Amino acid sequence: MANTEERTLTYVAAVAEAVEEVLNEQETAFVAGEDVAGAGGVFGSFRGILEKFGSDRVIDTPISEEGIIGLGVGSAATGLRPIVDIMFMDFMGECMDEIANQMAKMRYMFGGSAKLPITILTMSGAGMNMAAQHSQSLEVWLCHLPGLKVVAPSTPYDVKGLIIAASRDDNPVFVVLNKLSLRVSGPVPEGDYEIPIGKAEIVRSGSDVTVVTYSRMVSESLKAAEELAKNGIEAEVIDLRSLQPMDSDTVIESVSKTQRAVVVHEAVRFAGLGGEIASQIQERAFDYLDAPVARVGAPFSPVPFSPVLEQAYLPNAKKISAEVSALLG
Amino acid sequence: MSLDDATLLDIHQRMIRIRTFETEAGRLMEAGKIPGALHLYVGQEAVAAGIMAQLSNEDWITSTHRGHGHLIAKGGEYGRMFAELFGKSTGYCKGKGGSMHISNMDLGMLGANGIVGAGPPIAVGAAFSIKYRKVNNVAVTFFGDGASNEGSFHEAANMATLYKLPLLLVCENNGYGEYTPQANHQAVVDVADRAAGYGMPGVVVDGMDAIAVYESAEAAIERAKAGEGPTLLECKTYRFFDHVGIRGMGLAYRTDEELQEWQKRDPIYMFEEKLAEQGVLAKEAATKLHETILKEVQEGIKFAENSPDPDPATLLEDVYA
Repeated sequence: MANTEERTLTYVAAVAEAVEEVLNEQETAFVAGEDVAGAGGVFGSFRGILEKFGSDRVIDTPISEEGIIGLGVGSAATGLRPIVDIMFMDFMGECMDEIANQMAKMRYMFGGSAKLPITILTMSGAGMNMAAQHSQSLEVWLCHLPGLKVVAPSTPYDVKGLIIAASRDDNPVFVVLNKLSLRVSGPVPEGDYEIPIGKAEIVRSGSDVTVVTYSRMVSESLKAAEELAKNGIEAEVIDLRSLQPMDSDTVIESVSKTQRAVVVHEAVRFAGLGGEIASQIQERAFDYLDAPVARVGAPFSPVPFSPVLEQAYLPNAKKISAEVSALLG
Repeated sequence: MSLDDATLLDIHQRMIRIRTFETEAGRLMEAGKIPGALHLYVGQEAVAAGIMAQLSNEDWITSTHRGHGHLIAKGGEYGRMFAELFGKSTGYCKGKGGSMHISNMDLGMLGANGIVGAGPPIAVGAAFSIKYRKVNNVAVTFFGDGASNEGSFHEAANMATLYKLPLLLVCENNGYGEYTPQANHQAVVDVADRAAGYGMPGVVVDGMDAIAVYESAEAAIERAKAGEGPTLLECKTYRFFDHVGIRGMGLAYRTDEELQEWQKRDPIYMFEEKLAEQGVLAKEAATKLHETILKEVQEGIKFAENSPDPDPATLLEDVYA
């Protein structure tokens, strides 16, 4: 179990610490990706890993995302437990066949004879003026593919616990990290602990409305909740942590209590995960609802470059509290 | 022929097994007894047989949409293979894969593949795994001339040479990417030329000559196991049937004359001529072997036909481990 002493780490340092834990624990685990070894990762996610584990286990790859995922699939199917890094989630376009048609389906197509214990780390999110091809939140691409698991940690604590859990899972697990959260600090226990995949966490209790969210929008939702509290609105905030499988039970239970729900994500609102969550709420908690389920997400636009436009694009605490206020009318 | 008799007979048997299985499978598909589409391997048997005769179950292969021949050559059982083609619960994939995803992990067969060019990156992973675990094995990825135009092939070729992986990249150049002749889909004549771009040897071999295939693969395997990295082996071969199904003649995109020219170089026929010449196997004995294998294949078909369909309750099994 995790000890609770208040050591803090940044989100990015928690990635490195988790990877270190995994490589220490599992002899068959290795790390591969672009710039993960010599450079320690372009975000610093793998700082010090090469020095600790050597070049047989920490491998710089060519800029070949399809090759990287193939390396993961083939090595996992034959007995290793790879951690592969897709530097920016936007680059999934380069390797979507190996993800969607190979990794996700191999076990099923083979009648259960193959096991694919792969952890895929990737970086999502806008807010750093990286424009349309380095800022997207494409987790819904992955959640739509049976065979994959997807987690999206919001805090350094979750980063470490979810990466360790992913590495012990016998399925492909995407750990969708958020680049604007990299320098955020938070308590992270030393040593080994695991956050169960498929379990949400209620990060703030409230009785008036349920805010269902994940990744960086958890902190924005918590900020919104503080603002709302000043007006006497108590929001319950749920951090999904795991998007596939999704802990719908925790959501339904909360909505049954608060009778109102807002789903918040940074991804484009249209056909985003919010649509799925809203639908599940109306299917399972229709009689409890006092209002339609509201959604906050990015507009139907590529991520713009200009800092001014990008801020206009991004969901934030203000937009969330406005949506909640409108809902409570 | 420098190969010993046992090896020659082994290669011969593997080729006949493939030919017989595929011919029967094609017949059943045309009769509407096998659902879906089959891409048959007839004509290309020398490639699978010449290479697989040298592999163990710990050597991994990735295959293609034309994958039955690879699995048979790697030791696949007719019954369980037919059961898979029929979509039965006793199939290698419990009826969930079918022809295009047929596989057997115990035999080191990482699946046929419905996506052209998807195999090489997976084989890179398997070869990496062999190297990482420091075992004395190889990975072999089979793909066609068409697949050699996919980016996945190039990424895999580069990574395999970069990491000096124990891998054979075997291009079965049958002259057509689906229905498009090679000259209309790539400017190179020899896919093996592409090896130079990655710093590995590229070898062109007569893919209708099982012994030539065997010997080239033997050298490539030796090289791979010595830690010297991959080899691109291009086997020039021909698909006696259409892209899908068993029709060979009267196709719009190729001439009957072309087919007939290649059929004169039928890999099994040529091999049997040699076996008879060398006194390894008389013609009558070869004929007898064909009959025996046909009976075994027919037993396999019976097994498949008599096998139960999958229980619909198994629909959601094995999506996750």
